Amino acid sequence: MTRKRQGYDDIVVTAPVTIPYARFSIRGAHWWIGRALGTLVKDSGIAKDAIDGFCVSSFTLAPDTAIGLSEHLGLTTRWLDFVPLGGNCGVVGLRRAARAVQSGDANVVACVAGDTNHVDSFRQGTANFSRFARDAAYPIGAGGPNASFAYLTDYYMRVYGAEPADFGKMCVAQRENALKTPHALFKKPLTLEEYLASRMISDPIRLFDCVMPCAGAEGFLVMRREVAEEHGLKYSRVLATIERHNAFKGDPVQFRGGWVLDRDELYGQAGVTPADIDFVQTYDDYPVINMLQFEDLGFCAKGEAPAFVRANTLTYNGSFPFNTSGGQLSVGQAGAAGGMLGLVETIRQLTGQTLGGKVPNARLGLVCGFGMINYDRGLSTGAAILAAA
Amino acid sequence: MTAPLKKPKRKNPILRTRLPVPPPSARSRVALGMLWGAAQGRLELQVCRDCATVQYPPREVCRRCLSDRLDWKPQSGEGELVAETLIRHSLELYFRERAPWRAGLVRLPGDVTVVAHVHADVPRPAARVRVRAHLDRAGQAVLVALPEKDTPNMADDRIMREMTCDPKFRKVLVTDGKTAVGQALVKALVAAGAEPVWVGNAEPWKNFPGFEEITKIPQVSLLSLDVTDQRSVREIAGEIAGRVDIVINNCEVHRTYGISQRYGTDAARAEMDVNYFGLLRLAQEFGPALRARGADGTNSAVAWVNLLSIYALSNYPPHGTFSASKAAAHSLAQCLRAEMRPTGVRVVNVYPGPIDDEWNQLLLPPKIAPAALANAIVGALKSGVEDVYPGDIAQDWLARWRDNPKALEVEAANP
Repeated sequence: MTRKRQGYDDIVVTAPVTIPYARFSIRGAHWWIGRALGTLVKDSGIAKDAIDGFCVSSFTLAPDTAIGLSEHLGLTTRWLDFVPLGGNCGVVGLRRAARAVQSGDANVVACVAGDTNHVDSFRQGTANFSRFARDAAYPIGAGGPNASFAYLTDYYMRVYGAEPADFGKMCVAQRENALKTPHALFKKPLTLEEYLASRMISDPIRLFDCVMPCAGAEGFLVMRREVAEEHGLKYSRVLATIERHNAFKGDPVQFRGGWVLDRDELYGQAGVTPADIDFVQTYDDYPVINMLQFEDLGFCAKGEAPAFVRANTLTYNGSFPFNTSGGQLSVGQAGAAGGMLGLVETIRQLTGQTLGGKVPNARLGLVCGFGMINYDRGLSTGAAILAAA
Repeated sequence: MTAPLKKPKRKNPILRTRLPVPPPSARSRVALGMLWGAAQGRLELQVCRDCATVQYPPREVCRRCLSDRLDWKPQSGEGELVAETLIRHSLELYFRERAPWRAGLVRLPGDVTVVAHVHADVPRPAARVRVRAHLDRAGQAVLVALPEKDTPNMADDRIMREMTCDPKFRKVLVTDGKTAVGQALVKALVAAGAEPVWVGNAEPWKNFPGFEEITKIPQVSLLSLDVTDQRSVREIAGEIAGRVDIVINNCEVHRTYGISQRYGTDAARAEMDVNYFGLLRLAQEFGPALRARGADGTNSAVAWVNLLSIYALSNYPPHGTFSASKAAAHSLAQCLRAEMRPTGVRVVNVYPGPIDDEWNQLLLPPKIAPAALANAIVGALKSGVEDVYPGDIAQDWLARWRDNPKALEVEAANP
C-alpha cells in the first residue's frame, strides 16, 4: 500500500534571482551559475558558508557537474544534487530541496539553473541531446525541437481543432507581459497580424512560436520559515508538488502529459481547486504545450484549450493571468534556466517583488515544468502550488 | 503526385560544384544493427525473444520485460502517418541545402512511433504508409515513409533520389563490355534511363560474341580501358572521371582450381591483377573525382559497384585462388566504402554465387544467369541497397556464413 504523502509544513522559498539574459555569451555556464549564487547570497544576506545544500541544473556545464562546480565556487555543502531535467528542473529541484530541508539534511538549499550560449552551442546540444535523439530523430531532418514540437502541434491542430490564431493569442499575450519585464530579450510589441504573417520554420511552427536560445541563470533559496524570518526575507510557502516521468508510453503522439496522473494529488495536497489559482506559469516552448498544461492541470477539459484561450485575455492583469513575466517565448530560453523561470516568477508574484507586471491580489500560484524531448515527446512533467505568506 | 524527372540541363561551367556534406551520422552501436537489413533493402526492428515486444528506437534491453535478448526481425512497415512537418530550417548543412524537407511520425504495428522521412506522394495525416529502411547519404540506416500504394514516378521524388542511386539520367561506366554480364548490364542500364553508358573495351582486337550488338546502342560509347594498365586507367579517368556518376567494375578473371591442382602462380597472379589490383587502380584514378561530385545536383556522382563473389566471404576450394582474389577485393571494397561514405557516394558490393558462364561449366545448377545478375545490380541501384547477394546459391551461402562461418568452411571443402 502506498503511504500518504507528507505535507511541506513550514518549508518556504525565498530570494528569487535572475541574471539578465544575453543572446550569446563568451562566458562558461560556471559564470552564469556563479553570478546567480553570488546574487542569492547578496540579496538574502545569508552567508555563502551558511548555504549547506546546493541543487544545480545546466546543459552546458560539461565536463563538470554539481561537484566540480562546488569546488569552482568554493562551496562546502552537506547536500548536493544535479538535476538534468531541463524544463522540469525548477519544480523537481524544489521538491528535492524542500524534503532535504524538511528532514534536516540541509538547512539552506540554493537551487540554481543556468546555461551559457555560445554561437554553436545550440546545434551541438541538439545533435547530442540524447541517445534516442541521436540514433533516431536528429538524422531525420535535424530540425531539433522545432520539428519535434511541429509534430505535436500538427497532431493537436488536426485532432482538437486549434487554429494558428489560438497559438498567436498566447504569444501576443506573453509579449504584452514581457514588455514590462526589464530583462526580456524581446522588447517590441507583437500583434496577432505580425504573428500570423511570420514565416514558417517547421510547419505548422512559425517564427514566433519558437523560443530564442540564450544565456542566463535563475535561482532561489529553500529553507524553513523561521530561518527566512530570522533574515527578514519575504517568502512564499510550498503547498503541493508533483512530478512524473515517461507517462503515457502507449500514446502514438504526445497529446497529454504526466500531469493528468497527478493533478488530483496536487490539488488535494494543497487543499485547493483550479478555480482558486490566481495565476499560472506554464512551460512554454512552444505554445501547444501551454494548451496541454491548461487541460491536463484541470483548467479546461481535454481538447477545450483552444476555446479556453479564446475566452480569456491571458495577460497578467486580465482573466487567467499566465506566464506573467513573458515566459520563455518573450524573455528567452536560457537552457535549463528556462525550467526555473516560471518558478522564480511565481515567487516574485507571491512576495510582491515583481520586476514587471503584477497580478492583482495574487495569493496562489501554480507553476509547471515540462521537459526532455528524449526522442519524440517530452518525458518529464511537474507542477507546484505556492502560496503567499 | 511526383512530377517525372526531367533530363538535367548541361552544367553551368561558371558555377562552383558544391562539396558534399553528409547527413548526421552519429549512432550508438546498437542502432547500427539496423544497417544489416537496410543495406539489403529490408526493414528490421528489434523484437524481444522473451515477450515479443517490438523496440524502437533501438535498445539494449526490452522496454517491457527488460530482457537483453533482442533480435533484429523483418517488419512489414505498414503503418499510419500521424503527424508531419516541413522542416524549413535545419541545424545541419545537408538538410539546409535541401530544405524544405518533409518528415513525420509514423505509428507502426507493435506500438512503436518512428520518426521518418516522408515521401511527397504521401497524403496529409492521418494516412496509411509503408515504412522502409533506406541508407541515407551518410550510409546510415534511416526510415522512409512511402505512400501506401506505388505512385507514378515515385522514384523521382527528391527524397528518394537522395536515398537511392537510380541510374535514370546518370552517366555510367561499365568497365568490361566483353563478358556476358557486362553486356547484360549495359542493356539493363540503358533500359533504366542511364545516358551515356561508357563501356570498357580492353584488347579491342578480340571480338567476343554479343559485343557487336551493344556497340550499336546509341547511348553506348566504347573506351579502350584496361584495368591491368595504370596508364590506361589514368588516361580514361582523365577523359571521363569528372563526369561519370556511377562506376560499375565488373572486370574479372576467373580460373578454376585451388593450390594443388594448378602448379605455379601465373593464373592466381592474373586473377589478383584484375580482381584486386584492377579495383585498386580504378579507385585511385576515379575515386577523387567521384568524391568531389557527391552532391552535384540531380545527376550527382552516386555509386561505385563492385562485382565480387559470394566466395569472398569464405573460400570455395575448387575455385580457391579465385575466391582469394575476391576476398582481397572484398576487403579493399570495404576500404573504398569507408573513404567514399563521407561524400555520399555509395559503394555497392555484389556477391553472386556461380555465374552461368564458361568458367563455371563444371558446377551444377543453380547458377545465376548473366541477365539476372545485371538486373539485380540495376535493381540495387534503383532501390538504394549496398550489399547484394543475388541468386539462390548466394543466399544459401550467406545464411550459412551468418549462422556459423566455421561450419561453412567445412561444408565448402566437401561440397
